[in-house]
Amino acid sequence: MADVTLTIDNKQVTVPAGTLVVDAAKRAGLDVPVFCYHPKLEPAGMCRMCLVEIGRPMLDRATGKPVLDEAGEAKIQFMPKLETACTNPVSEGMVVKTQLTSEKARAGQKGTVEFLLTSHPLDCPVCDKGGECALQDLTMAHGPGQSRFLFDEKQRLAKQLPLGELIWLDRERCIQCARCIRFQDDIAGESVLGFEERGRMMQIVSMSEPGFDSIFSGNTTDICPVGALTTSDFRFGARPWELNAAPSICAQCPVGCNLTFNTRREAKADGQIVIKRVMPRQNEQVNEIWMCDKGRFAYHYVESEKRLTRPLMRRDGKLAKVSWKAALDLAAEKLSEHKKNSVTLVSGRLSNEDLYNLNIFAGKTEAILYTDMGGGDLTSLVGVSDGTNIGDMGKGDAILVIASDLYNEAPIWWLRIKAAAERGATLIVAGGRAAKLDRFATFTIRYAYGDEIKTIEDLGGKSKIAEAFRKAENALIFYGSDGLGLAGSTSLAAACANLLKETNHIGRRNNGLVGVWPRVNDQGAWEMGFRPTADLAEALKGKAVYIVGADPAGDDPALAKALKSAKFVVVQDISMTATAELADVILPAQPHTERAGTFTSGERRVQRFYPVVPAFGESRPDFSITAQLARQMGIILEGSSLPIVFDFIAHSLPAFDGLNYDRLAEVTEQWPMVGRGDMYYGGTTYENKDGLGAHLSSAAQRGETFKLPAAKNVKPLRPKEGELLAVPVTQLYDLGNTVASAELLAQRIGAAAISLHPETAGKLGAADGETVKISWNGSQSEVRVRTDEGLAAGVALVPRSFGIALREPMTLTVKPAKKVK
Amino acid sequence: MSLLEPIIELGRGLVITMKQALFNPVVTVQYPEVKREVRPRFRGRHVLKRYENGLEKCIGCSLCAAACPSDAIFVEAAENTDEKRFSPGERYASTYEINMMRCIFCGFCEDACPTEAIVLGDNYELSFTNRRDAIYPKEMLLEPVPSADMTTPRKTEANVFTRSVPEMKNPKDWESGDTVKVDT
Ligand code: SF4
Ligand code: SF4
Ligand code: SF4
Ligand code: SF4
Ligand code: FES
Repeated sequence: MADVTLTIDNKQVTVPAGTLVVDAAKRAGLDVPVFCYHPKLEPAGMCRMCLVEIGRPMLDRATGKPVLDEAGEAKIQFMPKLETACTNPVSEGMVVKTQLTSEKARAGQKGTVEFLLTSHPLDCPVCDKGGECALQDLTMAHGPGQSRFLFDEKQRLAKQLPLGELIWLDRERCIQCARCIRFQDDIAGESVLGFEERGRMMQIVSMSEPGFDSIFSGNTTDICPVGALTTSDFRFGARPWELNAAPSICAQCPVGCNLTFNTRREAKADGQIVIKRVMPRQNEQVNEIWMCDKGRFAYHYVESEKRLTRPLMRRDGKLAKVSWKAALDLAAEKLSEHKKNSVTLVSGRLSNEDLYNLNIFAGKTEAILYTDMGGGDLTSLVGVSDGTNIGDMGKGDAILVIASDLYNEAPIWWLRIKAAAERGATLIVAGGRAAKLDRFATFTIRYAYGDEIKTIEDLGGKSKIAEAFRKAENALIFYGSDGLGLAGSTSLAAACANLLKETNHIGRRNNGLVGVWPRVNDQGAWEMGFRPTADLAEALKGKAVYIVGADPAGDDPALAKALKSAKFVVVQDISMTATAELADVILPAQPHTERAGTFTSGERRVQRFYPVVPAFGESRPDFSITAQLARQMGIILEGSSLPIVFDFIAHSLPAFDGLNYDRLAEVTEQWPMVGRGDMYYGGTTYENKDGLGAHLSSAAQRGETFKLPAAKNVKPLRPKEGELLAVPVTQLYDLGNTVASAELLAQRIGAAAISLHPETAGKLGAADGETVKISWNGSQSEVRVRTDEGLAAGVALVPRSFGIALREPMTLTVKPAKKVK
Repeated sequence: MSLLEPIIELGRGLVITMKQALFNPVVTVQYPEVKREVRPRFRGRHVLKRYENGLEKCIGCSLCAAACPSDAIFVEAAENTDEKRFSPGERYASTYEINMMRCIFCGFCEDACPTEAIVLGDNYELSFTNRRDAIYPKEMLLEPVPSADMTTPRKTEANVFTRSVPEMKNPKDWESGDTVKVDT
């Protein structure tokens, strides 16, 4: 866009046309106070805080040329009234006088603050926003010292009002800026908030059941300029100025949102330093300034009572506390003894450094990645390349989402892809059921579960959708495991990779394949060389097993059975799990909040996280436990310095070439500027000072030659009469080890339930909410039924991590449960 | 030199001594049997005050801790309910500690408090044989309840104690009305 030059407070500023005056001033380092304007939202002009004097060059009506004064300068015509800097775009030759140079603007802003305070409760002492409140800050900076309004005429409204279990509302504090409503409507796409009444009675209401039913609700507390919206999690937790901040990465999903943990030392916690709240940290290429509620509220597992604090060893059938030396000695002895017959099982919960050490440790013995989703080898080949940013995608670009319910699997990707579609990108959503993203799709493809490969193959053919995808300048494919197991997702990845290659959408920025992985660092595990195995139970039977960061026994009784028949089991994890219960030796590890490291996101961005709180008990970081164990077995691994391990990775893997810890900690200036002293502008999201991370290179980007495997076209499973096709799907809030301990989320997690089309449910005589007996593959369980119009008939959705061990599509029979009298 | 002279000198000295002993006011105090009264603005050991109805004035806002130059105060807050109410409004101090070894008795905490809950009293007997004892918890600081039925926490009538900070009425000198000066 063309640039426009204007003068703000006697300063020449050149900004792209279309920029708003308030942003132009910001870029010039001049602060115009705002309440309702937010750089991520469309301007609304509701609060009148940004009043400034604006003058435009006087134009000659006849010629359209600027009128010149005696000195030959363009004559400036000022508007008689103050204007809002947040709704006026800049124009050539414009002259703006903010409160810094204009007495009039200063008086206008002062009046606005006085007005906003007429009904404000001023309960700053008990307000969770106090200390980082825009109204406080701007009142101090621009407000009058006294008010002319009558105290007795203050408007009384509801205080302490829970909008849902997660967010509290104080209606007296609300200044009716509508930032929260506009965020929900425009950015989150979940219009659950609104205004009721008019004038001074105007108040925020939740229009959903359950209240404030959105998975992005926490963000409204960041951008609310006052303490009207606050989280239950942090309610009265501490005053903001008492908190320390540590940069980290969210470990809940493959997006890898940048965030900041706020901590403080507490008497309640026996003088320990504890996490008080989680705040987003700006990374315009990953999560912008947002994060989802799972990341914000589900972190409590790192401080759960189930945390392992000391090494344990099985003695006389019972797990007993032992020293690290005893535990490591025994584990090393047994693993060496069964060297030829041992398996290392890891998961994507671990950091890149842990996985690198583990991979060398496993050496020639079997090393398995614990996952039910395949295709990570292909994302290494044709994954997205350096500089990829969904935020840059728009008109002329295409994004294909297949077999992934992004809303549940990777919320921030959902939000950013939705935004890309709104900017004009062609969004193709292909799935076996209706998904929330459909609403924003240019094309939706509904296939029968099992026809995923065929769907992709059709996109290589001749159709309007295929054409749109092929012709797109840039194209990304997000593939997941909605309704797929390991075999299905592996094939799907191959089909997608081939489609990208054929349509020449690889090796360039904003092109390539993205896996929507179940865990934060699955991509990293694939990069380090770990692969899943088709028959995990078989691979574990009768072996000496070293399980790190995975809970197979908790997920699947068949795997528990296999582990029971293992020769020796060493489990290294952060908390007690069903797998750990079966272990001979348990080594307590630290979660990412207690140590440093790096994760590789689904977009193959490597990002650093930093220690937040001190280690729990005697737990140690995974990479050093593995190094200690290795040393006992004669393998020398780096066990104390993470940067050194990372340098090893960079030297041995071409994708990591040129990266190091310093490079990952680099920050370039981001727009909008948030998290500085001016919290009224961008909200309370933290500024990123600790690294934006860096992309791994893909083989396609490096120009390597490679051959892509052809997709295996398996015959789709079609259930017989009286059976249903059961497919595994992911729910955002589940009963997995990293979510279940968040008490606040209990209501949203709910109980295990299979979803059926109402007609299918009707035929089976099961109404919504009723309990039924299901049996599949020799297993049985009782679950509730939920009906969902968006499903195909004859399909049953089985949520993962809810205690129903369905790891692949399978046929399933449903019977009404015996009525309990 | 006569023999009398030293005796006279001795007598003179005694006269002065007796004058001092018998006619001058006594300034020493027989502490600890006798305790000296303190001046009205004396700043001694803190007290956490209560309202007349027994509810605690402290609302756990931590402003005293923020004002304290020697970081002597530590506050943790929690939520009141009508079933279990400590103070008016939504918030109360679930932990309130002052480290008397750190305190310099400057009174900044008093100034910062929005509810006049923390007040420096007239007790100056602060000695400990153990560093930990120097940390005074809320139980030690809190004023005794006026009567037995006024203990906290207690059950209160619903929707009565909704505000944490007592309502600020217009100050006296404003009441004359039109003479209020507002700088614009
Ligand atoms: S919203 Fe801001 S000004 Fe209002 S009570 Fe809270 S901290 Fe004070
Ligand atoms: S609740 Fe906050 S964000 Fe929403 S309108 Fe009120 S002040 Fe604005
Ligand atoms: S009197 Fe001064 S030093 Fe002592 S607790 Fe209060 S503010 Fe801190
Ligand atoms: S004593 Fe006063 S300033 Fe300190 S926490 Fe209690 S109410 Fe706040
Ligand atoms: S009207 Fe401009 S910021 Fe509200």
